[in-house]
Amino acid sequence: MTATPLMEVDDLCVHFPARGGGVVKAVDGISFTVHKGETLGIVGESGCGKSTTGLALLRLIEPTSGSIRLDGIDVRGLHGKALRAVRRRVSMIFQDPYASLNPRMSIGDIIGEPLEIHGLHTGKKQRRRRVDDLLATVGLNPAFRTRYPHELSGGQRQRVGIARTLATEPDLIVADEPISALDVSVQAQVMNLLEDLQRDLGLTYIFIAHDLAAVQHISDRVAVMYLGRIVEVADRVQLYTVPKHPYTQALLSAIPVADPDVESVRRRIILSGDVPSPLNPPPGCNFAPRCPKVFDDCRSLDPPLATVADQDHRAACLLYAACRPVGST
Amino acid sequence: MTELEPLLSVRDLRVRFGTKRGTAHVVNGLTYDVTAGETVAIVGESGSGKSVGVTSLMGLVRQPPGRVEGEAWFEGRNLIGAPSEVLRGIRGNRMAMIFQDPMTSLNPVLTIGRQLGESVRLHQGLSKRQADDRSVELLDLVGIPAARSRLSDYPHRFSGGMRQRVMIAMGLSTNPSLLIADEPTTALDVTTQAQIVELVQGLQEQFGMAILWITHDLGVVAGLAHRVLVMYAGRIIESGTVRHVMQDPRHPYTRGLLASLPRPGVDRPDRLFAIPGLPPDPVALPPGCPFWERCSYRLDERERDVLPELREVEPGHSVRCLYDVPVEVSA
Repeated sequence: MTATPLMEVDDLCVHFPARGGGVVKAVDGISFTVHKGETLGIVGESGCGKSTTGLALLRLIEPTSGSIRLDGIDVRGLHGKALRAVRRRVSMIFQDPYASLNPRMSIGDIIGEPLEIHGLHTGKKQRRRRVDDLLATVGLNPAFRTRYPHELSGGQRQRVGIARTLATEPDLIVADEPISALDVSVQAQVMNLLEDLQRDLGLTYIFIAHDLAAVQHISDRVAVMYLGRIVEVADRVQLYTVPKHPYTQALLSAIPVADPDVESVRRRIILSGDVPSPLNPPPGCNFAPRCPKVFDDCRSLDPPLATVADQDHRAACLLYAACRPVGST
Repeated sequence: MTELEPLLSVRDLRVRFGTKRGTAHVVNGLTYDVTAGETVAIVGESGSGKSVGVTSLMGLVRQPPGRVEGEAWFEGRNLIGAPSEVLRGIRGNRMAMIFQDPMTSLNPVLTIGRQLGESVRLHQGLSKRQADDRSVELLDLVGIPAARSRLSDYPHRFSGGMRQRVMIAMGLSTNPSLLIADEPTTALDVTTQAQIVELVQGLQEQFGMAILWITHDLGVVAGLAHRVLVMYAGRIIESGTVRHVMQDPRHPYTRGLLASLPRPGVDRPDRLFAIPGLPPDPVALPPGCPFWERCSYRLDERERDVLPELREVEPGHSVRCLYDVPVEVSA
């Protein structure tokens, strides 16, 4: 099976001017490809730039530089109608189902709005039928059409958010922390729904989350972000079984597991300190100030993301020869 | 052998709230003990009553609209119905509390030194200088670097993890015998969460206080708790040692919850187990088992309205279920 690229992101940067001068490099030169039908997970801690990346892909935040190609066409050069067409094909699910639904609109109007905007299923009857279909697709009774967001539980609201996202029949869905506001038992319901929809509708996902266990479960490949950069990207099994970057290793070692025997023997790599400010990132490798494996070169050389193991397993760390500049030892 | 006197003894605690839609029965008869020096985790999802069950002990539930009944004995005193000046003397003193969101539990317009100093001066009657020294000592203890120079900083200068450390320092300032932690790591990143859990465990070893840790995160519980109480619809539905509850869960809800977690490093089954449906509305609780509607083990429709009692299935392990759920049917 050959993988067809759906979206190719190259050297994407999102920089914000900071008050009092200086630049916050929220996303600082990331490149990745998403293939048709796969799920690419993006994990990282708060402030790593994962959500900004998601918003930049839809140009809900304008990228500073770099390219975003959808089926080979650079989205960054598009305006007006052409841009709207892209936003029909690339859609987004947001984190907070309490904040992302307009409390004064009925569920039917919320799901019908994207149809209105994109001029799909015109005519009252057709639109209502489409809304009912979408509700059924996400496992809600069509009677929900006349209800309002405050009458729904968190899980039901997130289903409405998903139905709205599906309304325009997108190819790619960017899901930004879609389950983190939900209770554990409801998280599993929503993840199963997303997987069913992917299988039935042939969807491609970019799944952004801080929950490593959930990302591993749902993704085919996983990218790890730290301070605006991708520090490692690999097939999910590879990433979770043989992580290469010291940050990924620390992150994985910190996930608590619901088994007291595992917990009693686990050895956590406790990172010291906090993530440095993106306003003033350290010279050399961004992770050097907290890295347990740091050595001299790390404080001056900035390692590129390069292939360090089989199956296109890439990492950005000077421990690996592929990331060191030619001529150095 | 004499039984060790529990530090905290909660008996048939009930909390209800008057709402526009009717009376919400949030906590419906909680009974448990916490022994000196042990860590007890209360686990549950939103609306299970886990937070209200504990904040009501400290007199932090406003009455009305709330109504708190039952008993909660702490160091020889019943906290329920105790006059507010008695509670004030216990709260933040013998019994300390840390909350979920360290961003909102610190006052943004007062320096860290002022806020930390306030709690030690209030409860221990120290002078300004003594309070500063004690504050530095406490900040050192919770791992805040260059502590003295940070006393004059405002909360916004601290990261989330650092603020939670400050809250812990504040909680420890009076040498409490019980530390109540309400989702203290939920707002934190996973690497920071690991730091905080490690810190609290170290401090417990050093000072020997008991901890009542309220959380929805079963992973954190596994590494931290000695005993676990699982709550659902305002009741304890399973209790036991951490091994009992997490390795040999007997209630269908506990089983479902554990089975619905994706496990890092373990290859996935294609679908996660998901508990169908939603918890019952606290305004309209069913007369019988509150989990009945969602339960895949229920046997006899005629028992729908029977409310199961908490019963011991092995020493120290109790479950509120009508049935003996077979071990091998684990989800």
